[in-house]
Amino acid sequence: MNLARLAFAYARRRPLATLLNVLLLAVGVATIALVILLARELETRLAREAAGIDLVVGAKGSPLQLILAGIYHADVPPGNVPLAAIEDLRRNPLVREVIPLALGDSFRGWRIVGTEPAFVAHYGAVPIAGALWAAPMEAVLGSEVARASGLAVGSTFTGSHGLAEGGGEHGQTPYRVVGVLAPTGFVVDRLVLTGIESVWEVHEAHHGDAADVHAEEARARRGPETAVPATAAAPTKAASPSKPPPHNGSREQAPREPAARGRVAPDAAGHDDDRDHDRNGREVTLALVGYATPLAAVALPRAINAQTALQAASPAYETARLLTVFGVGADVIRGFALLLIGASALGLFVALTQALDERRYDLAIMRALGATRSKVVGVLLLESVFLAAFGLAGGLVAAHLLAASIGSWLPAAAPLATGARVWRAEEWGVVALALAAGILATLVPAWRAYRLDVAATLADG
Amino acid sequence: MFSLRGIEHRYGASTVLDVAAWDAAPGEHWLLAGASGSGKSTLLHILAGLTTPTAGTVIVGGTDLATLTGSARDHWRGRTVGLVPQRLHLVGALDVRDNLRLAQYLAGEPDGPERIQGLLESVGIGDLGHRYPRELSQGQAQRAAVARAVVNRPALLLADEPTANLDDAHAAAALELLRAQALGAGATLVVASHDARVRSLLPHVRALPVLVEAAA
Repeated sequence: MNLARLAFAYARRRPLATLLNVLLLAVGVATIALVILLARELETRLAREAAGIDLVVGAKGSPLQLILAGIYHADVPPGNVPLAAIEDLRRNPLVREVIPLALGDSFRGWRIVGTEPAFVAHYGAVPIAGALWAAPMEAVLGSEVARASGLAVGSTFTGSHGLAEGGGEHGQTPYRVVGVLAPTGFVVDRLVLTGIESVWEVHEAHHGDAADVHAEEARARRGPETAVPATAAAPTKAASPSKPPPHNGSREQAPREPAARGRVAPDAAGHDDDRDHDRNGREVTLALVGYATPLAAVALPRAINAQTALQAASPAYETARLLTVFGVGADVIRGFALLLIGASALGLFVALTQALDERRYDLAIMRALGATRSKVVGVLLLESVFLAAFGLAGGLVAAHLLAASIGSWLPAAAPLATGARVWRAEEWGVVALALAAGILATLVPAWRAYRLDVAATLADG
Repeated sequence: MFSLRGIEHRYGASTVLDVAAWDAAPGEHWLLAGASGSGKSTLLHILAGLTTPTAGTVIVGGTDLATLTGSARDHWRGRTVGLVPQRLHLVGALDVRDNLRLAQYLAGEPDGPERIQGLLESVGIGDLGHRYPRELSQGQAQRAAVARAVVNRPALLLADEPTANLDDAHAAAALELLRAQALGAGATLVVASHDARVRSLLPHVRALPVLVEAAA
């Protein structure tokens, strides 16, 4: 026999009231903890995905949109920018790394990203099967894409226009899978990667086949349309497998290029076998930029934004802005959860106060049997903390389970499920809050138990 | 075993209890007789250290209770005094066995399952240890309460109106149970009762006069 056993016996004696109070507390705790888990996971993920990317450079428009499209692949990009302008950026001494991305197509909802091998390296991804692309129309699948689509090295697929499912098919220009990446936990797992040339090629073919449809779709989707030169002759020129990977190619070519020619100049037809020249008229969607020096943070965005064609957006700043917006909603939910916890504390208080009326004879006989005042108070306190702990544990377990299974009830938030496996420091705050609620609810009953007149109670009984 | 000197207890302006002297030797069995309002319960509570008299000295087992305060007095009571209240007050959330364990725990005595089972058998409810108080008859509950009072082998066993609401046969049995258990524990027994039937069953009698009509 000990106080805990006694407290448990009392709790068991009023199962319904006990259960209700525990449940109420558990719901409050679960709500708060779930908000914490998801918000922190979101924050962590946003920061993690953006790690190493100091700036996203793309077309003028909403900077947040540029970040969402360029880093999180969650929104359509504002538009396209001339490749030449991005190449200029490479020559800037403030810049360590520039990774151009060409967006615009997707495969069953997964985005097809035309880029350079540096993109794969940036996320620390390595091929688990096959190799990276070496020629146009070769594609490498992120692990999640490969898993869900069932495609493997050697399979072919066609992209569809636009970033969501249901766009027009680029049936004439199928991709061939040459590699599958190992899982990284980054957004790259959910992307289809290919050379920038592939995206250009697809759209040149597309333009040739169905220029009208394409233009219409592009308008409808406000969409990112990567390739500009409209010519039916284009596929032949870029298909040469002997071409070096785009990464190397662009590095080598950049210095030889004349100044940017701007986004107009669809004169590729006259230069079928002059690829270098052709690149001058090309566009990409945006570029991920890494600073060479912290000083760049001061000078570079301003310099870029001063140019007419380009906009520079800082992931750190934009995600902070995004989280502020999200934070308001989280605060509302948190406030509601606090209300629930307060209500459960009140319920506990009422239950304990009522129980004390019935139980004062028990407390009196315990005193007569040798229990000290503090022991009697201890039983009440323990019982309350006991219930609080139960509600707390139940709530925390529920929160983690809900977070773990969030994909099944909130598919858009599925990636946040990994947050369920982490214990956040703020959860200690929830622990303290629930226990404090339990103790607070006991204060008045405990004081009355402490002051109990044993002799009078026994005589009265 | 105990020695009372100049005990006086007042509620407000009215004196409810006035005992000039009362001495009991170890192992003696006493009846504390008196009508309702004579202060029998109050005197029992004074002996148990639950009530501090307005005036006077209480020495139980060689200890002057005035020297014990707060938790020291609770500890002393747990080890020295066994109390059977009139309403028994078994803890409803616990079964009979746990009621006895609770008494052991609160007195700081180590759990002794054999002691508990042996005791339950000696009061005639050896097979009811797992029953809850609400599942017991009045007689069974009283036996359980007596067992709880003597589980720590108290030097002083106090019983408040143990025969109230009992017929003759059961009253005699209740008294016999108390006497046997007091004997077994080597305890001094004090039975507070206004029941005339008890008078012939206990060798020593201390009668209290009613000092105030309808005392608190």
